[in-house]
Amino acid sequence: MAESKIHSIAEILAAHPCFAGLDPAITDLLGGCASNVHFANGRYLFKAEEAADTFYLLRGGDVALELRMPGRGRLTVQTLHPGQVVGASWILPPYRWRFDARAVGDVRATGIDAACLRGKCDDDPSMGYQVMQRFLPIVAERLQTTRLRLIDLYAPPAEVGNAL
Amino acid sequence: MSDVQTLDRPQAAQSGGMLPSIYEVRRRRRELADCVTLEMAPLEGAPLSFAPGQFTMLYVHGVGEIAVSISGNPGNGEALVQTVRSVGAVSKAVCGLAEGARLGVRGPLGVPWPVEQALGKHLMVVAGGLGLAPTRPIIYWALANRDRLKSISIVYGTRSPDQILYAPQLLGWSNTEGLQVGITVDRAGEDWTGRVGVVTELIAPMLHDPAETVAMLCGPEIMMRFAADALADAGVSQDDVYLSLERNMKCGIGWCGHCQLGPHLLCRDGPVFAYPAVRDLMTVWEL
Amino acid sequence: MDRAAAEPVDRSIVIPAESLDTLIGALRDGGYQVWGAQERDGALGLAPLAAAADLPRGRVEAAEAGTVRLTDGPRPAYFDHTLPMQGLKRMVYPARERLYAAGQAMSLEEDPVEAPPIAVLGVRPCDLAALDTLTAVFESGPFVDDRFRQRRAALFLVAVNCMRPAATCFCASMNTGPRAEGGFDLVLDEVMEGDRHVFVVASGSARGRAVLDALAGEEAGQADREAARAGSQACAEAQRRHMPDGVAALLKQSYDDPHWANVAERCLSCANCTLVCPTCFCSTVEDRSSLDGAEAERWRRWDSCFGLDFSYLHGGAVRTETASRYRQWMTHKLSHWHDQFGMSGCVGCGRCIGWCPVGIDITAEAQALAASEQAA
Repeated sequence: MAESKIHSIAEILAAHPCFAGLDPAITDLLGGCASNVHFANGRYLFKAEEAADTFYLLRGGDVALELRMPGRGRLTVQTLHPGQVVGASWILPPYRWRFDARAVGDVRATGIDAACLRGKCDDDPSMGYQVMQRFLPIVAERLQTTRLRLIDLYAPPAEVGNAL
Repeated sequence: MSDVQTLDRPQAAQSGGMLPSIYEVRRRRRELADCVTLEMAPLEGAPLSFAPGQFTMLYVHGVGEIAVSISGNPGNGEALVQTVRSVGAVSKAVCGLAEGARLGVRGPLGVPWPVEQALGKHLMVVAGGLGLAPTRPIIYWALANRDRLKSISIVYGTRSPDQILYAPQLLGWSNTEGLQVGITVDRAGEDWTGRVGVVTELIAPMLHDPAETVAMLCGPEIMMRFAADALADAGVSQDDVYLSLERNMKCGIGWCGHCQLGPHLLCRDGPVFAYPAVRDLMTVWEL
Repeated sequence: MDRAAAEPVDRSIVIPAESLDTLIGALRDGGYQVWGAQERDGALGLAPLAAAADLPRGRVEAAEAGTVRLTDGPRPAYFDHTLPMQGLKRMVYPARERLYAAGQAMSLEEDPVEAPPIAVLGVRPCDLAALDTLTAVFESGPFVDDRFRQRRAALFLVAVNCMRPAATCFCASMNTGPRAEGGFDLVLDEVMEGDRHVFVVASGSARGRAVLDALAGEEAGQADREAARAGSQACAEAQRRHMPDGVAALLKQSYDDPHWANVAERCLSCANCTLVCPTCFCSTVEDRSSLDGAEAERWRRWDSCFGLDFSYLHGGAVRTETASRYRQWMTHKLSHWHDQFGMSGCVGCGRCIGWCPVGIDITAEAQALAASEQAA
């Protein structure tokens, strides 16, 4: 049997790009809110309007963030990939998901209990600040890339048209 | 000539004047709904030899002339291969040319991609939308020089799955050893299983060794600027980032003044530039 | 450009003013049609000369921002006026020309260049500099425009050093005049002292020397040469308009200056400045075809960066606003030209000032930008 090392949750968190380099004391604390999960292809990690009680650090497989639109089916607004975080609506009230998150392929992830993490951040604002410093860039990058897509970079000239 | 930095233009493979040579369309292939690839050959003389990144002026009888980048294999000079999107009167006429039709060709023109800069390094091509057409000759060159490159990455973003240019070829390349292909689209329905997002998001994950990477970008200007930022954020030197710019061109040979971007005449000093030579100009309002 | 350097001015003579017709005759004998400034419709234009009497003798321009009028000057000098409304540009680079005809099956026939030998009498130093500037554009790049080259080579240039500036002149601050240092075949200084009215004629090329040698005249003496130089000096000092120093660098710092919006409130985007500018070289191409589409022609014609479609890129124009178009024109002329061609694109002739219908003055705008940048 191939030698395989069992990683503790805290080790997995520390190795994830989102938390890499964070104070080990904090990753240990975070570990207390985390558990490893698995979603089969096509299963939903969460759906819009559900309570945002668990978010995910993606370790394997891809996740599609979707909206359903009558007549147009499922629209993928963004895909997320290993190393990325799935879900940000857990940070602020009303703690509800806005999109569906569907597993594309076999998804391995570390789920983090949002209420647990929020509680720990409330108890220790210094830790909360460090955790927020990890999440704000993720939100900022999604905002920036969304803005880039908003301007419809590759639209045919006829569609954007101020043609002479 | 002052402090304005431009790349070297090739000594050979330039021909001038306003009088085109006559070519014939040998093959015509529809790529996308509004996009056609033509394979052309001269009625007389040797086939056109070019360097990746160069362009030609294509003339349609009685309609006009447009600048179009060359998309063929620089190592295979049999045919002149160019991909054209139908957006105006002339490009529409070019797209409408049937096999056997004649057209005028001037070129090759312009400063090519400095592909030799990538030798011994990782090469990353970042293309957006139709920007894959001017970069395809780099990919042909890279495939022919695979053993002299550490790796080849193609990062491609486009609007939607049905707007993926050269889709069968991209698929083939993604199955080629030593070649990494990443594709992302801005929007997709449920039949798309690939990435949805912006091309810049693919850059960091696809880089091997930023300090040893040369990147060549082509696409909408905003996309190139954000891609150059993403490369810089990941540690690629801005001096190792090259891009191809576009402006209105009437002559293609530095005489008509239309394609100016600040101190540069794009047809003469470009269209390919090292990023630092144009970075500050790209953010100037209506330059 | 280096024509004069290769063949230095090696002889100068003095001829009486009435011998101007002898010079015209000598040029004609040399196979040249002779052109010069003539008064037409209240303005000066370059046209074929029958005799020296066709020149606007005694006339001067009353020029100011937004106006150019001819009026009687203080003395019967042949060359107290300054500039025809257009320079040599249209002689070497026609406003419109057919490049080729395309017949059926794309048989292309390039139009031959018509470049008859023409001698231009009375070319001013700024216009000589403008010709050098155009030569840099069309002959020094990777591609040489043979149509331009042939026409330029066919010109015989008889320059005249300026003794009197128009109010719109600022060549002294552009280092292009009022005295020609080269680029001519012959150069004249018109010297009027009391009843004496003579021309000092000097050669600047071998063919100029040949024409000069055919004229009867005494070798120019020290006094006449000094009088000529003093006249040029006085002309430089009399210029009221100046381009500020360092304008090329200034404009590169001024892309976002609010002053462009100020100019745009006045500028009509009419393109008059680009039409009268002796160095504006931008062109576009037009296609014409017969009704049945069988025969087509391709024409090149002057274009202007003030036009909205000038910067048209699939989807729309890059420069949608008058402010960015004026900025393009002025910044190209005074700054980017150095980067593109190794010299200024402005020669200080002042035509754009006089012929602007709303009186926009490039020297004043440069000064306003300098003040604006200093205040920022």
